[in-house]
Amino acid sequence: MGEKTLRVDLVAADRAVWSGDAKMVIAKTVEGEIGLLPGHEPMLAILGSGEVRITLPTGESIKATADDGFLSVEHDVVTIVARAAQLA
Amino acid sequence: MGAQLRVYRQKIKSAQTTKKITRAMELISASRIYKAQQRLAAANPYSRAITRAVSAVATFSNIDHPLTTERTQIRRAAVVIFTSDRGLAGAFSSNVLKEADQLTQLLKEQGKDVVYYLVGRKAVGFFSFRKRAAIKSWTGGTDLPVFTTAQELAEAVVEAFNLGYENGGVDEIHLVYNKFISMISQEPQVVRLLPLEIVEGVEAPSSNEVFPLYEFEPDVNKVLDALLPVYIESRIFNAMLQSAAAEHAARQKAMKSATENADKLIRNYTRLSNSARQSEITQQISEIVGGADALVDTSDKE
Repeated sequence: MGEKTLRVDLVAADRAVWSGDAKMVIAKTVEGEIGLLPGHEPMLAILGSGEVRITLPTGESIKATADDGFLSVEHDVVTIVARAAQLA
Repeated sequence: MGAQLRVYRQKIKSAQTTKKITRAMELISASRIYKAQQRLAAANPYSRAITRAVSAVATFSNIDHPLTTERTQIRRAAVVIFTSDRGLAGAFSSNVLKEADQLTQLLKEQGKDVVYYLVGRKAVGFFSFRKRAAIKSWTGGTDLPVFTTAQELAEAVVEAFNLGYENGGVDEIHLVYNKFISMISQEPQVVRLLPLEIVEGVEAPSSNEVFPLYEFEPDVNKVLDALLPVYIESRIFNAMLQSAAAEHAARQKAMKSATENADKLIRNYTRLSNSARQSEITQQISEIVGGADALVDTSDKE
C-alpha cells in the first residue's frame, strides 16, 4: 500500500490544464503561501496571483501559473481554478 | 438557340453556383460544430468546479450576499440576447429574438422596465432597424467566443445589478440564448442570471455524500465575493459557447436544405429546358416539312 496522494485538477476558464496525482501542492493564496499534503482539511481559498508548485509522487515537480482564481480542497482532491492558468 | 432555352440554361447555371456555395458552407459548419462542441466540453471542468465551490459556500453560510438576494421590488430587468454575427443559419437568430420579445412582454406585464444587452450583429441589426435602444452590445466572434468577452459582459451586468434601480441600474438579469441540444435541434433558452439561485440548477450532492466542513481563506464573505462574479462569468461563457455550437448546427442544417433545394431547382429547370429544346426541334421540323409541302404543291401546279 503506497502512501496517500492528492488528486489535483488545474483548470482554466476554457480548458483543463493539468490533472493527476501529487504528493504535495504549494500555492499562494491571498493570505500567503500554503502547502497542501494528503489529509488536509477541506478548504476554499482565494488565490493570489502567482505560482503553483505540484510535487509528483515520483519526486519531480511541476510549476504552473494560476492567476485570478481559487483553490478548493476536499477528500484529498485539490482543484485549482483560475481564469488564466498554464504550465510554466 | 431559342430565347426560352437560353433563360433556362441561365437559371440552371445560377442554381449550380449557389449550390456550390451552400455546399461549401454546409461542410465548413459541419466541421466547426465538432470544434465548438469540443470547446464546450473543455470549458466544462471549470464551470463544474466553480458550481461546486459556490454550492459549498452556499450550504455552509447563511449569509446574504447582494448578488443572491431577491429585491423586494423589481422595477427594471435586463435581458441579454445572444444571436449570431452572420445570417444564413435558418431561424437561429430570429428564434432567440422572438423568445426575447415574449420575455419582454411578460416582464412588462409584471410592471417591469426592460433594458437590453446584445451579443451578435444580428441582434444589433434587429434593434437598430426597429429603433430600439440597447445599453451595450458586443459584435464579432460569436462563432468562436473568447473568455474575455464573457468577462466584459459579466462585469457590465454585475455593475448594473449592483447599481440598482434608483441609480439607473437593474434589479434582475435574464439571459436568452440558443442551447445546443443535438446536431439537428437547438432550443432558445431563457435563464435568470441574477439574482442568483444557487440552490437551483446545482447538482444536488447525493444523500450519502455530505459536504465537508470547509475552512475559508481569508473568510466566507471574501470567498463568496470572489467566487460569485467568477460563477456569473462562467455561466455567461457557457451560454456563449452553447450559442456558438448551436449556430454552427443551425447553419449546417440550413445550408443542407439549401443545397437540396438547389438540386431540386436544377432538376426542374433541366426538365423544362429539355422540353423547350424538344419543342424547338419539333417546330423546326414541322416548318421544314410544311415548307417542303408548299414547294411540292407549287411545283405540282406548274
